[in-house]
Amino acid sequence: MGASDDLYQQVILDHNRRPRNFRPMATPTHVCPGRNPLCGDHVNIYLEVRGERIEDVSFEGSGCAISKASSSMMTEAVKGKTVAEARQLFSEFRAMLMGELDTGRVPHGLGKLTIFKGVREYSSRIKCAGLAWHALVGALDSQKQISTE
Amino acid sequence: MSFDALTLRQRFPVLSRRVRGKEFVYLDNAATTHKPDVVIEALRRFYAEEYATVHRGVYFLSEQATHAYEQVRVKAARFLGAARPEEIVFVRGTTEALNLVAYSWGGTFLKRGDTVLVSAMEHHSNIVPWQLVCERSGARLEVIPMSDRGELMMEEFERQLTSSVKIVAVTQLSNALGTLNPVREICALARRAGAVSVVDGAQGAPHLAVDVREMGCDFYACSGHKMYGPSGIGLLYGRHELLEKMPPWQGGGDMIDSVRFEKTEYAAPPRRFEAGTPAIAPVIGLGATLDFLASFDRVAAEAHERQLLEETEKRLRAVQGLRIIGTARRKAGAVSFVMENAHPHDIAAVADEEGVALRAGHHCAQPVMARFGVPATARASFAIYNTVADVEALVAALHKVNRIFS
Repeated sequence: MGASDDLYQQVILDHNRRPRNFRPMATPTHVCPGRNPLCGDHVNIYLEVRGERIEDVSFEGSGCAISKASSSMMTEAVKGKTVAEARQLFSEFRAMLMGELDTGRVPHGLGKLTIFKGVREYSSRIKCAGLAWHALVGALDSQKQISTE
Repeated sequence: MSFDALTLRQRFPVLSRRVRGKEFVYLDNAATTHKPDVVIEALRRFYAEEYATVHRGVYFLSEQATHAYEQVRVKAARFLGAARPEEIVFVRGTTEALNLVAYSWGGTFLKRGDTVLVSAMEHHSNIVPWQLVCERSGARLEVIPMSDRGELMMEEFERQLTSSVKIVAVTQLSNALGTLNPVREICALARRAGAVSVVDGAQGAPHLAVDVREMGCDFYACSGHKMYGPSGIGLLYGRHELLEKMPPWQGGGDMIDSVRFEKTEYAAPPRRFEAGTPAIAPVIGLGATLDFLASFDRVAAEAHERQLLEETEKRLRAVQGLRIIGTARRKAGAVSFVMENAHPHDIAAVADEEGVALRAGHHCAQPVMARFGVPATARASFAIYNTVADVEALVAALHKVNRIFS
């Protein structure tokens, strides 16, 4: 196994090539820029939250295939979810990246997001996969910006 | 003296290891270089047989260590073409050398209304120390612009060189673009305008034979670890009459003549700038490094690296969707590039899978990335031990990048 098998699976390559919800939002209720100062990647997360529900979510920015695909799949995963459900997904995703969640044994709601499991073998890329998720939580917490450092 | 890259390569043990099941191809030399057997052995022998503190022991080993330590200063002075060993200050690396000059010279002589000129292609280590001292002194930082090729705009530089300019700080060789700057001309113009010149030689010293007096600079900084030496040791050259006027920047043992609670007298340069127990073993290792650098024909090595860079650029241009960032007419050591379909991190990750170590990122030169409108680049950088086989491995990896991402 190598990077092209672990990291660059077809689903990730597809989201990198055709990112979903890749657009700015005119009137978001929440927004948060995320930066990875080590590599220069940046992503803006836009949310439209009505009541407890994330009605719409989008992103824009620049980054590697892992960060772009992760952003894209994050937006698909949390759209229509409640804020509490999105936070739960974040903590599961984070735990998976940190190697603290064995997705094969413990029940979880990650679904196809488990495709990012291989990233944990490449320590320098964990932040790429986590950037959009941290920015999502940053937006929900009304932070001005988040940084992976 | 001769030069043969393949023979020299045998002297670097780590280069014969395998990485991810592939032959190890190391092309991140601008970040740091590997170490030859003689340097590794010098460190081992020093620790195993000769280690002691310097400058204070009256016992045999300490006297021997002090002598060996100071002999490296003599060698370093010769290596850089300094007039005398006292013009060489041992520092941790280029970053510390530049901070020392900014803090001590800049902190003492810069006033409100003065200008510090740096170039648009500087590494953060030749920007941030000047910003810090400008904040404290009220001096202004101005930037010598560069062209779309990545060459400094010399006419603009001459216009910027007004009487308010007190310091001109430029890199000899850009780590992000591979541009060779006309430092001799820059230093001459700076001196004529009454400004002090500071040359960042972190990338220059590993690739070019340096003669600071011929260059005409007032200060020159370089790092041991980028020229086959140990990490944690670097050199600051400063013209003696300037060093003499500069106050210490760190206080402690070894940098004093006498200490009383009422008043302390500082030692003369260079010891004034070397507070505390120094990096003794790395200095000894650096001595072995300088001997190593003197053991082969450096002009031939320069030619070898130049050919390798030209060959690499030629082959890179043939890779689909690849664009070279930085097309200066005089280049050395490194080539930066971006690819249409793949982010630099993804390029480096796929290259790594093929055993090829590349750098991806902003190379601690964010203003350079901004100037060229890219978030990051991939960079291949060379050393004496690289060969055309390394270039072939790189190009094969880049074709794989295109297969995956197109």
